[in-house]
Amino acid sequence: MKSAPDVWQWPWYLFAALTVGHVLLISAQLNTDRGVPVIEDVTFGTFAEAQRGISAAVGGVRTWWGDYVALQMVRDDNIRLRRELSQLQVTLQQERAMARQSRTLSRLLELRTQVPLATVAAAVIAGGASPEFRTLTIDKGTADGLRPNMAVLAPAGVIGRVVSPGSRAALVQLLIDRNAAVGVMVERSRAQGVAEGTGTEMRLNYVSGGDDVVAGDVAVTSGIDGIYPKGFVVGQIESVEREAGAFGAIRIQPAVDFLSLEVVLVVTSPPRLAVGDVASGPGTQAQE
Amino acid sequence: MKAVGVLAALALALALQTTLARFLPGGAAALDLVLVVVVFVALKHGPVTGMLAGSAAGMIQDALSIGVIGIGGLAKSIVGFAVGAIGQQFIVAAALPRLVIFLGASVGHAMMFIGLYVLLGLGSFPSPWSGILSQALGNTAVGMVAFSIVEVFPVLVDRRRLSRRTRR
Repeated sequence: MKSAPDVWQWPWYLFAALTVGHVLLISAQLNTDRGVPVIEDVTFGTFAEAQRGISAAVGGVRTWWGDYVALQMVRDDNIRLRRELSQLQVTLQQERAMARQSRTLSRLLELRTQVPLATVAAAVIAGGASPEFRTLTIDKGTADGLRPNMAVLAPAGVIGRVVSPGSRAALVQLLIDRNAAVGVMVERSRAQGVAEGTGTEMRLNYVSGGDDVVAGDVAVTSGIDGIYPKGFVVGQIESVEREAGAFGAIRIQPAVDFLSLEVVLVVTSPPRLAVGDVASGPGTQAQE
Repeated sequence: MKAVGVLAALALALALQTTLARFLPGGAAALDLVLVVVVFVALKHGPVTGMLAGSAAGMIQDALSIGVIGIGGLAKSIVGFAVGAIGQQFIVAAALPRLVIFLGASVGHAMMFIGLYVLLGLGSFPSPWSGILSQALGNTAVGMVAFSIVEVFPVLVDRRRLSRRTRR
């Protein structure tokens, strides 16, 4: 009797299958520059080429028919359509002017309805599972009102933001994570920039060469990112390098000791910010 | 039984990684205990077990972090397979070959992981070499100690039993 083939004897086939499986899984989560999932883009692209061929053949026949056989009343249609287009262009201009006015009014309304922050206290229950990412897990989730992109604070300063809330726990991306960024300003000189995580600390980037930044300055959130409320401490400028008048590396020592966190505050009320509000100093306060 | 043991080891490594590793001087970045277990399993049980363990462990890590699910799994499954295949082809029972394997696996894993993220445009890793090297050294140290414990512990227990019997 012939025995069934043992797949465990085929490591290379298994390896290839597993690798393809991983690539498909990764592709399913990624988007192309056009915002379409990669797997969908590849699949769609393949079938689309076949459709394009069929469409080109059918289209050729239709074009031939339309251009040479069915040319009736085209001149009259053309004149009528040009008149309609002119009218529509005028209407479009009017609509655009009204939309601009509406946006300006809604920004003013948002600024007027700005409210103090509401927070939820949460305990840190785990560190990051992967050493390549700087994350924490807290014991509050969507059941407690947590949503993605809510700011997470500690008494010493800003910790990070909620990236993946479960029902009873949430994953928090720390400010020092390589993919984390926060809009900051230097408290003393009001110079603005973006603090980006490096894995162990932060770098202050996009600072204008004419701005005043020196070691020892305190960097606070500018609120311009729409995630972190304005005026909370991010860290202290540790060193400033200048290259030909422009700023080189500006290192920020985080205000929070991420290794000893036990309890954090999650800001449940989103920071409401109007354009042009970033230079007027701390304007929010936490309340439990 | 083997699968249960591997799963238990991975679960323990993951638990230690998320609870204790962040209190180390370099934080959680100083060690990847899950990778240590994957390399250990691959050396002990071969490429298929190493690959499956790496795939499962990597995907769990991906799911528990903010990364794309599958990238860590792919990197760890390749490492598990490669280490298992090397372990079958060469004699790696001595300390030096094991040390080289742990170092190579850690560096290879980090390069694959970072390379995939950079290649797919999902993140930037400015000057990662010091981090990669320090983590590789940490992983190697833990891996060597783990191997020593696993191999020496049964011998010590046997000796103790034998000495008790001789006393009687």
